[in-house]
Amino acid sequence: MEFFRNTNIDFLGKKWYFLSFSLIFSVAGILSMLFWHGVPLGVDFRGGTLVYVKFVNTPNLPAIRADLDKAGLHNAVIQSLEAGSNEVVIKLDLKETSEADLSKGKNQIINALETNPIPGKENINNSDRIGFTAVRDALLAADPLHAEPAEYERQARRVLDFRDKEHSGVIKSMDDLKGVVPDAVLNALKQAFYTSDFGVRSADIVGPQVGGQLKQQATLAVLFSLIAMLVYLWFRFEMIYGVAAVVAVFHDTLITVGAFSLTNQEITLTVIAAILTLVGYSMNDTIVVFDRIRENVKLMRRESLAEIVNKSINQTLSRTILTSGLTFLTVLSLYLFGGEVLHGFSFALVVGIIIGTYSSIAVAAPMLVAYTEWRSKSSGRGAIPLPTQGAKGKVRVKV
Amino acid sequence: MQKNLLLKTGIIVAFLLICVYGMLGPKLFSGAGFKAALLDRIHLGLDLKGGTHLILQVMVNEAVGAQSDHATEILKDELQKAKVNYADVGKLDNQPEKIVIKGVSLDASSTVRGIVSDRLPEYDVAAGPENSWILTMKPQQLADLKDRTLEQSIEAIRTRVDTLGVSEPLIQKNGLGDNQILVQLPGVDDPGRVKEIIQSTARLELREALDHGQSYPTEAAALQAHQGILPPNTVVMPSKPRRGEQEGGFIIVSRIPVVSGTDISGAEPDKKPDTNEPIVDFYLTAAAGKKFATFTAAHSEGSADPSNLAIVLDNRVITAPSIKSQISDRGNIEGGFTEESAKDLAMLLRSGALPASLHYLTERTVGPSLGADSIKAGVKAAIAGMTAVLIFMLIYYRGAGVNADLALILNLVILLGFMGFSGAVLTLPGIAGVILTIGMGVDSNVLIFERIREERRNGKGAGAAVDQGFDKAWTTILDTHVTTLVSAAILVAVGVGPVRGFGVTLIIGLLANLFTAVFVSRVIFDAVLSRKGRGEALSI
Repeated sequence: MEFFRNTNIDFLGKKWYFLSFSLIFSVAGILSMLFWHGVPLGVDFRGGTLVYVKFVNTPNLPAIRADLDKAGLHNAVIQSLEAGSNEVVIKLDLKETSEADLSKGKNQIINALETNPIPGKENINNSDRIGFTAVRDALLAADPLHAEPAEYERQARRVLDFRDKEHSGVIKSMDDLKGVVPDAVLNALKQAFYTSDFGVRSADIVGPQVGGQLKQQATLAVLFSLIAMLVYLWFRFEMIYGVAAVVAVFHDTLITVGAFSLTNQEITLTVIAAILTLVGYSMNDTIVVFDRIRENVKLMRRESLAEIVNKSINQTLSRTILTSGLTFLTVLSLYLFGGEVLHGFSFALVVGIIIGTYSSIAVAAPMLVAYTEWRSKSSGRGAIPLPTQGAKGKVRVKV
Repeated sequence: MQKNLLLKTGIIVAFLLICVYGMLGPKLFSGAGFKAALLDRIHLGLDLKGGTHLILQVMVNEAVGAQSDHATEILKDELQKAKVNYADVGKLDNQPEKIVIKGVSLDASSTVRGIVSDRLPEYDVAAGPENSWILTMKPQQLADLKDRTLEQSIEAIRTRVDTLGVSEPLIQKNGLGDNQILVQLPGVDDPGRVKEIIQSTARLELREALDHGQSYPTEAAALQAHQGILPPNTVVMPSKPRRGEQEGGFIIVSRIPVVSGTDISGAEPDKKPDTNEPIVDFYLTAAAGKKFATFTAAHSEGSADPSNLAIVLDNRVITAPSIKSQISDRGNIEGGFTEESAKDLAMLLRSGALPASLHYLTERTVGPSLGADSIKAGVKAAIAGMTAVLIFMLIYYRGAGVNADLALILNLVILLGFMGFSGAVLTLPGIAGVILTIGMGVDSNVLIFERIREERRNGKGAGAAVDQGFDKAWTTILDTHVTTLVSAAILVAVGVGPVRGFGVTLIIGLLANLFTAVFVSRVIFDAVLSRKGRGEALSI
């Protein structure tokens, strides 16, 4: 089976289309970053409080808002997650997250949602406090089976597996545990615990200081990797190849961040990891084309660089489409099945792989040709920047 | 050729076996299920296991202040001995490394310099404005003190976390900011309680309580009792509510503690003999015991200057009893404890006070249920992605597709095997890294296969085409791997937590990929060709 065989598409001839396509998306992203959604930074970088709550029933957003309002959290942002998951995420900005008492906002949220606490009993869905130790200790104290401690440890483990592994952290009612543990144990548990109609799945609280430091670190990480690649390409090819590849990768990063701004999705730490991956990936793609150009420059002495570049892109087109397609498949499966935590991450990769593949053909290669043409015009020499090989050492290893 | 091939195959099989062992470990032979063995070997990060990730700021300036307070005491003593008159001595509030002596006559300058160089060599001294002297801690000493404070805090936290029985905690300096500590507690059961125990400074101090331990309802009332000006070297501190009271009051205590947290040598929960009320006994070091004896003798009931003793825990007065008689190296705290809280406090005092208080800067808690769901989602995505790729390769490259699929599966085994051996932590982004490795790993195969097909189209025989294909694709593969390795390495170098996990799996995956796609896949081709004869058709 073969999709592309001896294609002969004039990619360079379409450079004006490419240019306008890139410009439209870059400018749209920049405009959105400047005037619309800004760069929507996640709580990692911005600081603030983020609490994921899962409810037993479909959450009633206005009621939640009213509860939070009553607790004095007027600026809380409430969003529901996937339909059917009964989950919401509640966000507080930095003003309501005090660095002196970091978990105050989170505790306020939990207390506000806890509409009917039972004095003297603990909420078994409060995973911040109630874990294996608490359940075991409650059983040990009540000793309903007159059994060895090891037995109660087993029972406690069973209760928590029921809560965490089978019911996503929320037990609807204590009676649901019937059949999971013996009745005597259940009665003892009922004496110590009650169920609220929600459970906290995760909480992220970041003070302004750490947020600022992380922002700096993430920016540095992206810059460093761009510089390191520029140096490597300069060493392996020629300066202009490095510059063209880095411009292409920068273009990809810009458009991806722009996509986050346009869709108003938050950029978190894992999204930065995805962007760095995409930097590597897009660079990959560009190098495959450049490598072919380098090879063809030696073979095709009479053709112009534009012809060589076109030929090289066509020769590698099959591989480009296949690899991108397959990587896209895996990333797509991440996006579809990877769960809420990886949503931003896989979104960045889905966008990034499309743009990264496009840019090596539509940005890096035309830039290489444009530079050479400009240089030969201005210096009067028609020289192509031949990637030197012997001196800088072509790596040849027999396998 | 044939012999060479056998050797290579041997190497691959041996390597594969080692990796399978790394992946599944000794449990492989114990008959436990595949899943149990795998879970036993691969360490899950706290985003998969549930747990909490904390960044704490150590308020190192408090330790600097304590040091300066200590130096102030020595200065006062020495100045009195040398009969030098002064108006006031004390550290600067916003620059605790500086101590100012006010109102010293000019002719005492050599005495002051002498005292500092003899008794306080860690300070530099310089003349300040209006007959004052300014002592500044030497930069090297200051940096050492801050480092020591950070180290001690890390030690104290480690002791506490260990007593709580958290498995595999990570407690270390946080590289990102100054004087920060990173604490990771994967699989922790009740993060809320652990957080409180880590943060409680447990700094026990004994101070003099003025006005016979009189508790004022407000800070203003305390001030008013002294006509708006506190006696020199005193501060107002909040006190814990007494039994039956809703809110605590305010007590005036000496600015500098007689005995501070580092002077405690031991503590135990106990019961008051007459009422059976839980109390906490504490013991002092020998040096502190002597100091405490002098103080209690001077201020006990019936002495010339009777006064009360304030027992201060984390800047709150717990009790302020009168001093019945001289006490030397032991004492107890009555603070309306429950048995549980008396036990906790004794443990905290024993494990060592924090040399400075801690503030939480970041708190990320992943509930155990989310971790469990994330594993399910991650594995599902990995299987879906992998299956899609495997099937596609088979259809598109037929015979060679088997080759690529074998290489991919081997790649995965190596990756997991390495994680098992190295104890590297698998995080959710790490699983994403695995999935990406599958996608990118296939790239090397595609590059080589496309090249072989091209050579075939140019009329080369099967053997020559394979040779040329591998040869020409190699440069490209090397370049692409190096660049991706560079970005992955940067992720590991500057990344935090889960992101670092992602970088690690990506690096291992890329290296494994170089091995499988280039070496293993080549051996398989050679094996196939040597059986069929080099001129024959190649299924690609």
